[in-house]
Amino acid sequence: MISVLRTSPRPGGTGPSWRFNWVGRIGLAMILFWAVVAIFAPMIAPYPIGEIADWDYFGPMSGQFWLGSDYLGRDVLSRILVGSRYTVGISLAAVFAACAGGVILGMVAAVMGGLFDTLLSRLLDAFNGIPSLLFGLVVVAAVGSSIPVLVLTLAAIYLPGAYRFARALSVNVNAMDFVTVARARGERTPYLIFREIFPNILGPVLADLGVRFVFIVLLLSGLSFLGLGVQPPNADWGALVRENIEGLSLGAPAVIFPCIAIATLTISVNMFIDNLPKKIRDRSE
Amino acid sequence: MLRSLTFYILIAQRLGIAAVTLVIVSFAVFFATELLPGDVAQVLLGQAATDEAVAGLRQAMGLDQPAIWRFLGWMGGLATGDFGMSYVSNMPVAELIADRLANSLRLAAVTTAISVPLALALGIGAAMWQGSLFDRIVSILTISVISVPEFMVATLAVLVFAVWLGWLPALSYGAETGSIGAMLKAYAMPVITLGFVVSAQMIRMTRAAVIETINTPYVEMALLKGASRRRMVLGHALPNALGPIANAVALSLSYLVGGVIIVETIFNYPGVAKLMVDAVSTRDLPLIQSCAMIFCVSYLLLITIADLTAILSNPRLRR
Repeated sequence: MISVLRTSPRPGGTGPSWRFNWVGRIGLAMILFWAVVAIFAPMIAPYPIGEIADWDYFGPMSGQFWLGSDYLGRDVLSRILVGSRYTVGISLAAVFAACAGGVILGMVAAVMGGLFDTLLSRLLDAFNGIPSLLFGLVVVAAVGSSIPVLVLTLAAIYLPGAYRFARALSVNVNAMDFVTVARARGERTPYLIFREIFPNILGPVLADLGVRFVFIVLLLSGLSFLGLGVQPPNADWGALVRENIEGLSLGAPAVIFPCIAIATLTISVNMFIDNLPKKIRDRSE
Repeated sequence: MLRSLTFYILIAQRLGIAAVTLVIVSFAVFFATELLPGDVAQVLLGQAATDEAVAGLRQAMGLDQPAIWRFLGWMGGLATGDFGMSYVSNMPVAELIADRLANSLRLAAVTTAISVPLALALGIGAAMWQGSLFDRIVSILTISVISVPEFMVATLAVLVFAVWLGWLPALSYGAETGSIGAMLKAYAMPVITLGFVVSAQMIRMTRAAVIETINTPYVEMALLKGASRRRMVLGHALPNALGPIANAVALSLSYLVGGVIIVETIFNYPGVAKLMVDAVSTRDLPLIQSCAMIFCVSYLLLITIADLTAILSNPRLRR
């Protein structure tokens, strides 16, 4: 990943280098760490996910149970490792759906303009007027919680934001000469969108994808914490905090470590995005 | 004359957008809860109910009418203060909500009263001594609070204040609000948590607003003529940053809406959000709809106020 990013986009080009400072590198390292954990979780986890391994509940950290045991005496480390698959997986699926939909609609709106643009912008702005957690609550109340419903709901909640961002960028690119030339050549909308506009907004869109990923992780954890996200016996990190919230007054590691897992993921993504080379990040507005 | 006209047009436009948004939002809330789950009467009566009983209940509840009529009837009811009957407790929703709403508003008011002055002081201070140790500590703290879920802030607050320091009760909301001390204790934890979440946003936005003004040429001029840093920020930059700051305050307060749902649940605080989360688990649709509308309306109100202050404080549109 690093080597890909470091190579200059144009061979022989003398553009600014794609190097990160150390804060960005720590962020990237943490992201890669959680990615590896999410992929290989069942192999690394010391205990099977549902096994009641400890006689004690809310056990302390020990050599046998590195992060203690939970309210049923299950190994917390194993549950966090496997929980990463739900938190990271659902959030990634949702963020890609939200950004793909939002960016495509945004580019189309910018290229087409006119009534289509106005109506779509107004409609999606109206959806921005619903608090996100509330939207999740209402949908889950209506259709019940399952992983596909969660992915679609989270994607729907963050699509308007991605749309607005991509549209603002595309409008700027759309006004440039090479797009006018392409249009004069008689190119159709799909060509304009994917060949002329998309490559020119890719950097900021990727940065925006990262920011939105953090929002989605936070919202998913919040929903799971309320008992409306991932359902038992499966558990993502938010659900792990909910399960073990009784242990809070005991200061049990079972409630602290899932929190730390969420924080390390979201903070490291933020650190990475904030320290991206300006070239990628600051092309907005 | 022309200027004042654009000014009124902008305001009317913003209010119009708010009204349209409100209609779309209520449409979404109504149809998300009303159309998707299938047959409410069936759910209420359970699997064993006969078809006749289900049909009878549907008629009694008016569910056999077309959805659009029910939507209009529901909207009309909301406008006149008739929120419908709760399915589960068979009481008017308005009655269920009244006390809870007062509780939630009190929580929001106390949080606002504490966090706004604190956040403004810290945000302006951080901008004034930009790049200093103080600024960096404030920045790191606010970014950390923003990057983690609300329930984690609550969890940490409980760990610090209840478990380690032992100053406050952990998760219970005592009904005994007789003495001032007991009341303070009952409010402390939810207010601390919400305060952190809301202030973090407000501090960041305030700092950004002030710094943006500091970077303008006329403030640089103040520095060049020899004014102190304090005078430069408070006397020259701040008055022009007031608009964006007011905007930031209203916008940050809209985070209360999301935060309050988590905080009331975790601390068992008897507010609207707790009522709604409970209603979700019992699938009490009229109650969910009404609570959702309360949240949407307050959210929309705060966002609209934020936009209006931005318009009102623009000196180019005054006159």
